[in-house]
Amino acid sequence: MCDDASMAEQVVVAEGLFTWPSDAPQLIGTHFPDSGVTVFPEAKSCPKTSATNGERVLLPRRGTLWSWTVQAFLPKNPPYAGTESAKDFVPYGVGYVQLDNEVLVEARLTVNDPAQLKIGMELEMVVIPFATDTEGRELLTYAFAPVAQGTQE
Amino acid sequence: MSEVAIIGIGIHPFGRHDLTGMEQGAVAARAALADAGIEWSDVQYAFGGSSAAGNADTMVGTLGLTGLPFINVANGCATGGSALISAYNSIKAGVADVVMAIGFDKHPRGAFDPDPADFGLGKWYGDSGLMLTTQFFALKIQRYMAQFGITESTLAKVAVKNMANGSLNENAWRRKPLSEAEVLGSPMLSNPLTQYMFCSPGEGGVALVLANSDVARKYTTKPIYLKSAALRSRPFGSFEVFNSWLSPDRGNSPSVAAAAAAFEQAGVGPDEISLAQVQDTESGAEVMHMSECGLCTDGEQERIIQTGESNIGGRLPINTDGGCMANGEPIGASGLRQVYESVLQLQGRAGARQVENAQTAFTHVYGAPGISACTVLSV
Repeated sequence: MCDDASMAEQVVVAEGLFTWPSDAPQLIGTHFPDSGVTVFPEAKSCPKTSATNGERVLLPRRGTLWSWTVQAFLPKNPPYAGTESAKDFVPYGVGYVQLDNEVLVEARLTVNDPAQLKIGMELEMVVIPFATDTEGRELLTYAFAPVAQGTQE
Repeated sequence: MSEVAIIGIGIHPFGRHDLTGMEQGAVAARAALADAGIEWSDVQYAFGGSSAAGNADTMVGTLGLTGLPFINVANGCATGGSALISAYNSIKAGVADVVMAIGFDKHPRGAFDPDPADFGLGKWYGDSGLMLTTQFFALKIQRYMAQFGITESTLAKVAVKNMANGSLNENAWRRKPLSEAEVLGSPMLSNPLTQYMFCSPGEGGVALVLANSDVARKYTTKPIYLKSAALRSRPFGSFEVFNSWLSPDRGNSPSVAAAAAAFEQAGVGPDEISLAQVQDTESGAEVMHMSECGLCTDGEQERIIQTGESNIGGRLPINTDGGCMANGEPIGASGLRQVYESVLQLQGRAGARQVENAQTAFTHVYGAPGISACTVLSV
């Protein structure tokens, strides 16, 4: 909870998707040792072999853009949790990000300008507020942002 | 061995109507019976379904309480295709000689708003604005365009072609042709796809009467043979709607397996097809489904579409009735509409949009959560 009335309470969109709070948040997946398959978020059974001996893994924070689009119209609520009007809606980028050779994850992108989105570009995971829910809380989720040039992991 | 023939076809126009989805289904059923020249009491078995317009078997109350076995089918976007496959199999198995397959629907306006739980996903997926089929189609074609050199002009030309075909179809919903500039200039919904590149949820109904080929000639002088009907779910590594993750080991779409099975079962190759109806939820889907179904190789679509080879009058006309783009997508009826159009074409009854010398036809539906149903038909 936050005492400052000017700041909305922040809540994560779901527990267990990523490590939080953290200065270097990571997505949480399941790795199935028999098939080598990694899934996101955590799952009980391997979609390739139906094995159930998966292990919780933290996924790499950096990856490359595999494909992208920009969500240009306000999604219906529900299932979308945001309460903004079509007039206030800000389009957002969506993409699949390849994390090493482990897994591709679907994510919001912090960039919504098509001219700045290129397949293969380097991205890093961040946690961002993306919407305000019906109770006035600011919802947080994972997203991927361009890696600033010359920065080291 | 006896074959499966289609002896009667019926449709309720697609679009927006005052009738309930079920009533539209009943109109289609009566039209199919009239086309076959039979009574409802002649139908020995029925399979039918809708996604959002009620239980198909309820319509026996309208069509007649003959006591026939009527099985409801619910299989997402492949509901109509699944009803057809069930009808096909029941005739092949010798269970019945005259069988009806029926599909109808009526959806609210605007994009579908599915519940994440119905697709095995956490609520967070919808909450965070990822539960949109439009995003999936955009993400898939964006990658494909970069890999195989498909241009935005080609995406636009698919919509132009389908709307032109729809303008020649009295049962289509949208009958106004669009120019390439109009398609490209319509609002961007999800890059690279604009509003006029997408189909919309709609309404409509289709019914088909199938018969064992041994008895088909009793009812019609022009039976059309359903040479094959195949349905597949997604294999590991395919790229489907509503996936929070994908494997780096990329695999094929279910359409690849369904189409291959349909061609093999029919003993007909993709190069022998006179016309095809493939799922065109949006322009990119038609482009990618052409190669997934074996109708061309990856990247060849650019030339085929730019030179008009898939137009009526071209080498391989695709979506001759306007496809989902001109007809809308009433989920339960959509796959059967493709077969309805194929039968019309093969019987030479397609009027202004008739494909010359049509001998064989192919149909393909695709939908969430990664299912595909294909058929091959011939004279």
